[in-house]
Amino acid sequence: MNNTSSLEMISTGRRQRRLRGMAVTSLLALLACVLSVSMLLLGNTIYSISDVIRVLFGEQVQGVSFAVNTIRLPRMLAGLLAGFAFGIGGCVFQTMLRNPLANPNVIGITSGSSAGAVFCIIILQADRMVISVASVVAGLATVIVIYLLSRGKVFSIGRLILIGIGLQAMLDAFISYFLLVGAQQDIPAALRWLTGSLNGTQMHELPPLIFTVLFFTPIVILLGKQLSILELGEQSAISLGVNTDKTRLGLILGSVCMIAIATATTGPIAFVAFLSGPIAKRLVGAGFLSLVPAGLVGVNLVLAADLLGQFAFDYRYPAGIITAIIGAPYLIFLLIHMNRKGDL
Amino acid sequence: MKTTHLLEAEQIKSGYENKTVVHGVDLIIPSHKISVIMGANACGKSTLLKTLTRLLKPLYGKATLDGTPIDQLQPKQLARILGLLPQSPIVPEGITVADLVGRGRFPHQSLLGGWTKEDTKAVAEAMDIMNVTELANRPIDELSGGQRQRVWIAMALAQQTDILFLDEPTTFLDITYQVEILDLLTDLNQQYGTTIVMVLHDINLSARYADYIFALKQGKLIAEGDPSDVITSGIVKEIFGLDCTVIKDPISDAPLVIPKGRHHVKNEMRIRSSISSE
Amino acid sequence: MSNVTILKNKQNKPYVPSNLTIVLIFSLLMLGLCVIGSLALGSRVVTMDGLIDGLFHQQVQSYEADVVRKRISRTVFSLLCGAALGVAGALMQAVTRNPIADPSILGVNMGASLFVVCGMAFWHITTAGQYIWLALAGAAVTAVFVFGIGSMGRGGATPIKLVLAGAATSAALSSLVTAIMIPRSTVMDQFRFWQVGSVGSGTWSSISLFLPFLIIGILIAVLSAPALNALALGDEAANGLGVRTGTLRFAAAMAGVLLCGAATALAGPIGFVGLLSTHVIRLLLGPDVRYIIPLSAIAGAIILTVSDITGRLIGSPGELEVGVVTAFIGAPILIILAMKSKVRSL
Repeated sequence: MNNTSSLEMISTGRRQRRLRGMAVTSLLALLACVLSVSMLLLGNTIYSISDVIRVLFGEQVQGVSFAVNTIRLPRMLAGLLAGFAFGIGGCVFQTMLRNPLANPNVIGITSGSSAGAVFCIIILQADRMVISVASVVAGLATVIVIYLLSRGKVFSIGRLILIGIGLQAMLDAFISYFLLVGAQQDIPAALRWLTGSLNGTQMHELPPLIFTVLFFTPIVILLGKQLSILELGEQSAISLGVNTDKTRLGLILGSVCMIAIATATTGPIAFVAFLSGPIAKRLVGAGFLSLVPAGLVGVNLVLAADLLGQFAFDYRYPAGIITAIIGAPYLIFLLIHMNRKGDL
Repeated sequence: MKTTHLLEAEQIKSGYENKTVVHGVDLIIPSHKISVIMGANACGKSTLLKTLTRLLKPLYGKATLDGTPIDQLQPKQLARILGLLPQSPIVPEGITVADLVGRGRFPHQSLLGGWTKEDTKAVAEAMDIMNVTELANRPIDELSGGQRQRVWIAMALAQQTDILFLDEPTTFLDITYQVEILDLLTDLNQQYGTTIVMVLHDINLSARYADYIFALKQGKLIAEGDPSDVITSGIVKEIFGLDCTVIKDPISDAPLVIPKGRHHVKNEMRIRSSISSE
Repeated sequence: MSNVTILKNKQNKPYVPSNLTIVLIFSLLMLGLCVIGSLALGSRVVTMDGLIDGLFHQQVQSYEADVVRKRISRTVFSLLCGAALGVAGALMQAVTRNPIADPSILGVNMGASLFVVCGMAFWHITTAGQYIWLALAGAAVTAVFVFGIGSMGRGGATPIKLVLAGAATSAALSSLVTAIMIPRSTVMDQFRFWQVGSVGSGTWSSISLFLPFLIIGILIAVLSAPALNALALGDEAANGLGVRTGTLRFAAAMAGVLLCGAATALAGPIGFVGLLSTHVIRLLLGPDVRYIIPLSAIAGAIILTVSDITGRLIGSPGELEVGVVTAFIGAPILIILAMKSKVRSL
């Protein structure tokens, strides 16, 4: 008798949390759709939905086809995919290391990928494929270096973050140097590599990003259940039967690849990887795996920032500036919160 | 009733990087009983526990379950037989009690399969045993230390293992909660026949609640058996270096260790101790 | 009896680090080499004759001599800026009792930058004399803000909290700087010139503008050094030794802000010089602030000048901002410090 009531209680609570998670995820997906469509409709001239749909189905519409196919569609897709990659990758790191500060933005993984990409573009003048590979390799190398340097006798997340910040300063110095040496590169290019932007993304730049996101997202989501056990700490995870080393390796590989390729395509759109996880967690509540919601939050952030940057001001700001202006105060807020609670 | 298993340590030596802590221990965990690993600080109790539960690879020797070395078993398969509550588990922020207990179901779930009725039943049962059902939908952050510990044990119970290891489950708790936890664990052992192995700090509580005691000194097993056989003034002196008298606990008849110390000792006791030491 | 004599001895002869003379001689030698290097090296390397002509024979008119003369003000300026940044780093580390404090890590440079950019964009200021006051205000506000966030909660201002507060604030401020700057092309040019100009923009007029701030800052630093030594023992112990900790903190922190704010106003944001110089000196001479302050000034001057030369050489035919070079050689110090620090003190 007691048992049935407790059964009831548990399954109701579970259902409620699940329902909330589903509802939030659907809303986020809906919002992402609305923003994506707006990306296609809005611009110097506003096109009608029917025109855009006809163009997407391959019809030639005077004036519309060029703008949509060569400018707005690639821009929208880049924002969509990069936002998803940043969001989900950032969330994986934050959950795995159990600290919202331990994300690719703060500990310099995005800077590593940027440096790799900038090096290939400016110094080697390499093609797309090489740039993608280089940014992944540089991102992974950054992870390995941070890991090796922060190992110490006792692992400490604080040490890892400090080392990440130091490494980031060095990598940013590298990027500045590359940009200076490639003197023919003008300021917009520099800004793109320092803050991230969807400006001027072209269709032929997208395949690596599309492939990476489609390939790694299912892997990371499949590992999500293990990730939520990993959250309970190494010892609990092992005793619950999680192969911790393999899980971590898979998660790091997947999220670094996604983040690195996204960075190589759009530049490091500031703070998206940092913001998405905590926002998604707050929206869906604890107990619901927040990887997909985090990816969707990332999409919404990037697309909304790009739209805002394009149309809200007299000047067209790159998306990364807008996300930085939202993200940096949130980082400060989070620090104050963590300091008060004594988490640092 | 839980299945009977043979968990055995053979010549285990284990430790960290360049420091061996456990120096060759052979033991068999008695099935369906409550065993306590006892010893002074840094004698290797926790290290031994970690080696038996696969958290630590032995430097030499092996731990076997029903004849198979535990690191050769599938992780999930082992996790359905053998559970562990670590000394300081980590609570993810904001998680509710029911969700945390539900994570104990991980080894019973397949890669793609979702949550089943079976899972809900196991969680409800575990929470009922540990008396945390009313807390089901509250965030862990709001609970007291004693409540938290019960929730953690409930998570280990939801794992529905035949053997349950606990690393100092009563540390940092008030005496009331210590007794409460040990009573609940005894219920569990008596009702379901779960084999329980724990590291406990308190000798008297160990003596009272254990069916079987392993006494460890500097990484070596120096005595094992019934509490009344193992807990004697001689062995306590050897393990802890403490002079004491062991009497019968008036409530349970289990051995009760009374430390002697140098002060506040009655005169006749002084004489007796000096005689006995002569 | 013997105890008393030892005490007396100690009082008569104040503690002097054993290798002070060697370090002093070596660093002055280095300083000399830096000056010669800074005058002779660059996108055009000058010969010995040209160097001597440029310096001592005013009447000789040759291309090389002109190059050398042009480099004089730059060299002097980089020495002064380096000294200011070195002392500012030492002061901030002493005040926060924290080995990782540095104007750039605490975001103070960025605060100064933001105020300067605001001045350029909204009040159309154009001269170095105006920049300097804005930069000082920005540096002061940021220093207070970052230290405020970093010292919240348990354990006060631990390295990790301060660094994170500084990094977060820097990120916020730098995005604001970019946002204000990029729609305004004139401000962008002006700002880039200010930022990239680094020590290369040093003229005699900017040096004379900078000098009063440097002198006041260093004076306060030297005067507060003994009290800062006491502060190293903790606030309560310092109080017990008769130090008014509040006043001391305020004075020393303001001196630090004055030094790095003025340097930033004239040379643009340059990071890690204070961190690097102070740690090198502490490694060589030990923790006595009375020695750390003057020698950090020398070390800072050396580091900044060497970085400037390096930037000129590897950036040739243009030049690499000196801030990029210092970040590249200074950031590893942060990493090493993080690796060495004990977990608990993070």
